[in-house]
Amino acid sequence: MAIDWKTDVDAALAEAKASGRPVLLDFSAAPM
Amino acid sequence: MPVRIKVREHPELMERFGANWTPTILVLDPDGVERHRIEGFLPADDFAAQLVLGLGHMAFARGDYAEAERRFDEELRDYPATDSAPEAQYWKGVARYKRTGNAAELTATYRAFQERYGNTPWAKKASVWAPTAA
Repeated sequence: MAIDWKTDVDAALAEAKASGRPVLLDFSAAPM
Repeated sequence: MPVRIKVREHPELMERFGANWTPTILVLDPDGVERHRIEGFLPADDFAAQLVLGLGHMAFARGDYAEAERRFDEELRDYPATDSAPEAQYWKGVARYKRTGNAAELTATYRAFQERYGNTPWAKKASVWAPTAA
């Protein structure tokens, strides 16, 4: 299953707050 | 909501969230408060178990002890062989105690550690709940 990773942290935090959803924040050094 | 930060492009975000190594995974509640942290690589089952544990801690922090207990129980049921399972067993007992106010739940948790995960740091933490002689 493909994961729809978001990349804009502040936009994601705002969306999470508005929707009441938790956030999974992945700090990665791997090439993407 | 999954967010991936490329640390080479955004090193400032590592400082902002106190991340000092990769991979680091943070589980944040809807208000952006960190509720769980995973540092370093984990195999798939251990990683999934940690995420469930994080959801349990998140529910616990907001005082939803029934949901926390359900999440910790989910981890024990689905990932019993992972390193974080003993932690889930510990917090399941605490969540049940917080939900019911019944101290016998802590004693039951102590006894559960006699059956499983007895040689773990979490069993040591639960040892304080051993029944005392009358």
